[in-house]
Amino acid sequence: MDFTWIGNNLADIGANLGLHVILSVAPVLIALVISLPVGYLLHRTGRTANVWVALIGLLYAVPSVALFVAMPLLLGTQILDPINIVIALSAYGVALLVRSVVDGFRRVEESVRLSADAMGYGSVRRVLTVELPLAMPVVFSGLRVVTVSTISMVSVGAVIGNGALGQYFDLGFRQNFLTPVIVGIILIMALALLADGLILLTQRVTLPWYGLRTRQARSRGPRPTEVIV
Amino acid sequence: MSPFGFLADPANWQGPDGILQRLLEHLVYSGLSLLLAMVVAIPVGIWIGHTRRGQAVISLVVNAARAIPTLGLLVLVVLLLGTGLMPVVLALAILAIPPILNGTVTGFNTADPDAVYAARAVGMTGGQVIGKVELPLAMPLIISGLRSATLQVVATATIAAMAAAGGLGRFVIDGQKRRDGYPEMLAGALLVAVLAIVLDLLWGLIGWASRRRTHQTA
Repeated sequence: MDFTWIGNNLADIGANLGLHVILSVAPVLIALVISLPVGYLLHRTGRTANVWVALIGLLYAVPSVALFVAMPLLLGTQILDPINIVIALSAYGVALLVRSVVDGFRRVEESVRLSADAMGYGSVRRVLTVELPLAMPVVFSGLRVVTVSTISMVSVGAVIGNGALGQYFDLGFRQNFLTPVIVGIILIMALALLADGLILLTQRVTLPWYGLRTRQARSRGPRPTEVIV
Repeated sequence: MSPFGFLADPANWQGPDGILQRLLEHLVYSGLSLLLAMVVAIPVGIWIGHTRRGQAVISLVVNAARAIPTLGLLVLVVLLLGTGLMPVVLALAILAIPPILNGTVTGFNTADPDAVYAARAVGMTGGQVIGKVELPLAMPLIISGLRSATLQVVATATIAAMAAAGGLGRFVIDGQKRRDGYPEMLAGALLVAVLAIVLDLLWGLIGWASRRRTHQTA
């Protein structure tokens, strides 16, 4: 490790770190905002949703580089425009999150929905205050996967000349110099870990009831199957 | 702007930097690294799944692996071990291990415990329980692990071109260096996307067949 290089490039590293945060947070937020209503509407179609989820999921099979390269053609942007990265990663996020949203709403029991109706909830109020909170644990677990993989995928943008911290991988390879590569890996993994922790914290704060039941079950002693054996 | 002109020219398909050669390189990188990852991950996964030891380590490894920047790992391995086939295969295998390991362990965990107890009760040895009961029941999830690993490996083999490797990613990297190279980049992107989707559908088909088999025998 060449600490002189790190010291000399602190401002540059900071700027790329900031860019990396923007290029990862924007797609995740965009994907969430799109996936929630789309996932809910798909869930309402019943079994037809499976077909759509499978079709949208196919996008996830396309390697990120391919998607990055295709963006200027699809959007009419310049190849170096960071908007390419944001839109491509948003599409990835949607491909993964829509499935989580559909799965989440599916786990809401029919009896719960009917109870809300019986209590006089309008459909909008029922969806927002009863169904959505019950669907959120699954959405949160999808969100964690999307966030962590988005942060790591931003660096692939370096292949088309725009990868924020990923540029240090290109630089390191061209100059046969390990320090920038290690700095890039450490910062990206730390960023992913931090983001994951933040989402987990948000989940704990917004869904304080979630996990209570499993914790109680655990403290009650061995599970029935274990007793039988 | 169209990649089809590039793809339609027969001259671009032949020779040492032609599409067929690049496709072959891509398949060799992906195939070798998947094999290497399977040789490591499946036995370890079977041991963890069968003995129920070290489960917590698995979820930790799988989550941490998702955060690894693939390009960074690739460049790191190439800088440490040099360019060439083996460093690239090694880097790709490292990325393929966590999903296969996860699939194998989850498969063993979800195998019906009653079936495992029944196998023990009729006097099967540990090895027989694994081979005749747990492994067949775990197969659909092992295959879905292999499917995720394949996606990861095919995608990362593309960016390996940045670290002086061959494969379809070369068209993206080489195209970017030229002023009029965008159609070549697009052609490379299209080829990689088609390859990934075909392989994904192939694994989907194999997974479907194995699920049918499990349901019939279970």
